[in-house]
Amino acid sequence: MKQARSFFMVMIRREVRLHIGQGQAWLGLAVFFCLASLLFPFGVGPEPQLLTRIASGIIWVMVLLAVSLAWERLFLDDYMDGALDQWLLMPQSLALMVLVKVLAQAMVNLAILLLLVPLVALLLGMPLSVLPLVELTLILAMPSLALFGAMGSALSLGAKNGTGLIALLMIPLVLPVLIFAVGAVEASLTQLPYLPHLYLLAAVMIFALATLPLAIAYILRQAVA
Amino acid sequence: MKQFTNPKTIVKWAELLQPVAGLMAAILIMVGLYYALINSPADYQQGQAVRIMYIHVPFAWLATMVYGIMAVVSAVGLIWQHPLAHLACRSAAPLGAVFTALCLVTGSIWGQPMWGTWWVWDARLTSVLVLFFIYLGYLSLVRAFDNPLKGEKLAAILVLVGSVNLPIIKFSVDWWHSLHQPASVMRLGKPTIALPMLIPLLLMVVGYMSFFVYLWLMNFRAAVMERKNYLKEINRPQME
Repeated sequence: MKQARSFFMVMIRREVRLHIGQGQAWLGLAVFFCLASLLFPFGVGPEPQLLTRIASGIIWVMVLLAVSLAWERLFLDDYMDGALDQWLLMPQSLALMVLVKVLAQAMVNLAILLLLVPLVALLLGMPLSVLPLVELTLILAMPSLALFGAMGSALSLGAKNGTGLIALLMIPLVLPVLIFAVGAVEASLTQLPYLPHLYLLAAVMIFALATLPLAIAYILRQAVA
Repeated sequence: MKQFTNPKTIVKWAELLQPVAGLMAAILIMVGLYYALINSPADYQQGQAVRIMYIHVPFAWLATMVYGIMAVVSAVGLIWQHPLAHLACRSAAPLGAVFTALCLVTGSIWGQPMWGTWWVWDARLTSVLVLFFIYLGYLSLVRAFDNPLKGEKLAAILVLVGSVNLPIIKFSVDWWHSLHQPASVMRLGKPTIALPMLIPLLLMVVGYMSFFVYLWLMNFRAAVMERKNYLKEINRPQME
């Protein structure tokens, strides 16, 4: 147990460093999220009421799309250069390794989005009072998004039509995350109780954390075999 | 147990059952259509448009039932590694996708005169749409690999993860406010649908279920033959 814990800490530090050091992925996420969200004032017109009304939807859809950009690459490099085969040989369980990999990516993405979302939210005219709630939905949703994305990434290894495939497989499955996250923000904006939405968001996260690493580990074994 | 799960026995049963299911489907759907279109009352609110129900409901039930079957055989395939389980799943999937699409289309045609709109983004409709996309995801994933055995295994996991959508579909009309009517047949206590409507509806439902079984077994037998050829092909000694 203790060994597993120290393994977890070492690996997660390494993965986070790799993510930050490699740069392109999180830079791409940041640029895409900002630019794509700021397209909306041009697309639907700059009227403040309209933008305020749809701001939470814009932000969450853009978070989902921005995060999904990196899904394809998550296991691809390790699969191509053979690092994945080495993981299978490690004494630690593959599910733990998957969890490390996915959580590291989720943490880096989360850090960036936590910084950028308030900025974009203000530009779209979202009231300041709901910003903490928006950040909270991000924190609760990011592990689920990363895990579902990792499952898509693992499923598409060695597939013939990778990119479109992951979106087709995983966007329907992460819809509940989007629904509950926007639901919480909308409820708070209309003075309705928002806690039920947060509970559901947390429930999705717990379901994902408990089951998906095992499923992904199984998928990776099939991919390498 | 062994003698029932023997692939040869299963294929033999499929061969036997297929014409029976086809005959049942033909009779039940013909009788059901007679009742549904001619010999059943119009609804006191919806008038003649209620007759769309007699095809919409069978499609809707089949859409979820086929997915349920796929989830069960996928689990069987992953746990006991039965050689025919994934083939059964694979041959049911296109049928499920078509039934789901038909359910959405007939529902939309029914919704236009009743609700005044082709589509609303409420829980029942959205969850069925998600089910349709999961079917499409399954179909493209299962074909995405050069080795069909690998595609089937991976797609089976997708089916199991996606099965969380089934209870959401079933209970969406109870959990959220919806334009869609609440359950009126499969509910605790008595059905709330009138008996002269329930009879043709059940005839149509069982008829379409038999029709599904007929098509499924046909697909399944074709898939088994194809798999036999494929295995023969890859196991053939290479001529130099």
